[in-house]
Amino acid sequence: MATAPITLVDNSWVRPLSQTLTIYFKEAKYEFLTRLRLRAYSISTITFPLMFYVLFGLVLNQKDAPVGGVGIATYLIPSYGTFGVMGASLFGTASGLAAERGLGWLQVKRASPMPPFAYFMAKVALGMTFSCVVATLLLLLGVTFGGVHLSVLGATKLVAILVAGSLPFCAMGLAIGYFVGPNSAVATINLIYLPLSFCSGLWVPIMFLPKFMQQIAHFLPPYHLAQLALSVVGAGQHESNWIHWEALIGFSLICLGVARLGFHRDEGKTYG
Amino acid sequence: MIAVVEETQELRKQGSGNGGAVIASLRRASKNYGAVQALRQVDFTIRAGELVALLGPNGAGKTTAVKLFLGLAKPTTGTVGVFGGNPIYAEVRTRIGAMLQVAKVPETLRVREHIDLFSSYYPRPLPIDEILTLAGLQEIKDREFGELSGGQRQRVLFALALCGDPDILFLDEPTVGLDVESRRVLWEEIRRLVARGKTVLLTTHYLEEADALADRVVVINRGEIIAEGTPAEIKASTAGRRIRCVTSLDIETVRGLPGVIEVRRDRAGLEIRAGSAEPILRELLIRDAGISNIEVTSAGLEEAFLALTGTNNDAT
Repeated sequence: MATAPITLVDNSWVRPLSQTLTIYFKEAKYEFLTRLRLRAYSISTITFPLMFYVLFGLVLNQKDAPVGGVGIATYLIPSYGTFGVMGASLFGTASGLAAERGLGWLQVKRASPMPPFAYFMAKVALGMTFSCVVATLLLLLGVTFGGVHLSVLGATKLVAILVAGSLPFCAMGLAIGYFVGPNSAVATINLIYLPLSFCSGLWVPIMFLPKFMQQIAHFLPPYHLAQLALSVVGAGQHESNWIHWEALIGFSLICLGVARLGFHRDEGKTYG
Repeated sequence: MIAVVEETQELRKQGSGNGGAVIASLRRASKNYGAVQALRQVDFTIRAGELVALLGPNGAGKTTAVKLFLGLAKPTTGTVGVFGGNPIYAEVRTRIGAMLQVAKVPETLRVREHIDLFSSYYPRPLPIDEILTLAGLQEIKDREFGELSGGQRQRVLFALALCGDPDILFLDEPTVGLDVESRRVLWEEIRRLVARGKTVLLTTHYLEEADALADRVVVINRGEIIAEGTPAEIKASTAGRRIRCVTSLDIETVRGLPGVIEVRRDRAGLEIRAGSAEPILRELLIRDAGISNIEVTSAGLEEAFLALTGTNNDAT
């Protein structure tokens, strides 16, 4: 009865690096294609910040009213840039993860030999890619129609900061994605995303907010990313950039910790 | 084509007999989800080259058993082994194909894109054209998943299970919700796999499906294996007979006869289900001289299954 298994698995098997890289690449490529074709994501994450910018930065722009030492068209690029990055990152990670986790698709992938990390990296890469697109388009709009002057170096630095700044929000998205259901994901993200944006001074510049709200803003991660981005164009609250970086890194680590908790909770429930 | 496949199946059955080596097993495996005992002390082996059907009603523990084999769940007690290893490891998973029940698949990816991605996970994937042909997807390979019919969607999931050229496939209710035509197409594809020497475990609550496909049927109910054998043996073990007759005896009297499992009113007469027909017929003929229209049929796998699970349910 207890016949020995015919073929044992070779325990020393390690996937060659080139194959691993191919998996990471394809995972990211198809994640990108999936979302690009999903108009609800690709159109809304890109057009909302651009629309706001066109409306408040270009159309309703009063040329003689500088904000934080620079023109409003300049000030609003880092500001709506941060807003756009948050949207692209949160929706790019959380809604997909929540749906795929809740509706069984993640389990199909987990049953395959896919390296789990490739799956998460693909979501992060997606968030960063869309963040880069939003930031670049905002900049192009500003330079072309808003009379914004920025050196090539400055422009590159601004986009780079915004793209790097998508990481904390991708981490936040993964954490959210592990704790919301597939149907409530979008509503939950909006419930966090919109108030957070407003309170961090992304819609109305921070100095126009009441004093107590300015105090609260210091505890909100988008505020710190916006300040980093604003410092590139010479605006903002002129605090030490180190504070902002530290705040963002700390926030990322907390979110990754929460996401990890969610991952293990899931493994415990479905795989435990 | 069908004839050829059946011939190969026949050969394989003769050849394998009892001899195929065990390639996957559950040993005294239990799985609890909180207070719910999904599996209780299950011993279950799968041998190379066979097609085993795990048959049971909803909630019997079929999916849980599959999840244990796939390393998606850890047994609360007992062990699981696939190819002598633990299926949580990627090196074991490269030899396993899985088709699970999934509520939603990313809809904006095309069929061949889904297959391309899954193929990249495996060290020696089948060529994409071969996968498309095996799963009957050639004509719809450029369609997005969201545009496909239910049967086509199941075939894509089937293709994903195939693409690593696995030695063993776990198909969890592969034909659930499909129309008769799509179901038969998928059956044919599953038969073709086994003809290629693959080992398959499929779960189903369609008795007809187990009967049509499996070499061996394992009946599971409430987390326990309650019967095991070839489809013919399962039927024989319950020796179910169905007797139809028109009689003046009232239903309660008939129900009280020894050996009667179930009695239903059937149009003008009664339909009696019993272990064996003869003692009941004798009683009926003695008690009712006017009995007419007697018809005895052997119970199908369906009746056998109901008898098995029904008896078990009464016992607990």
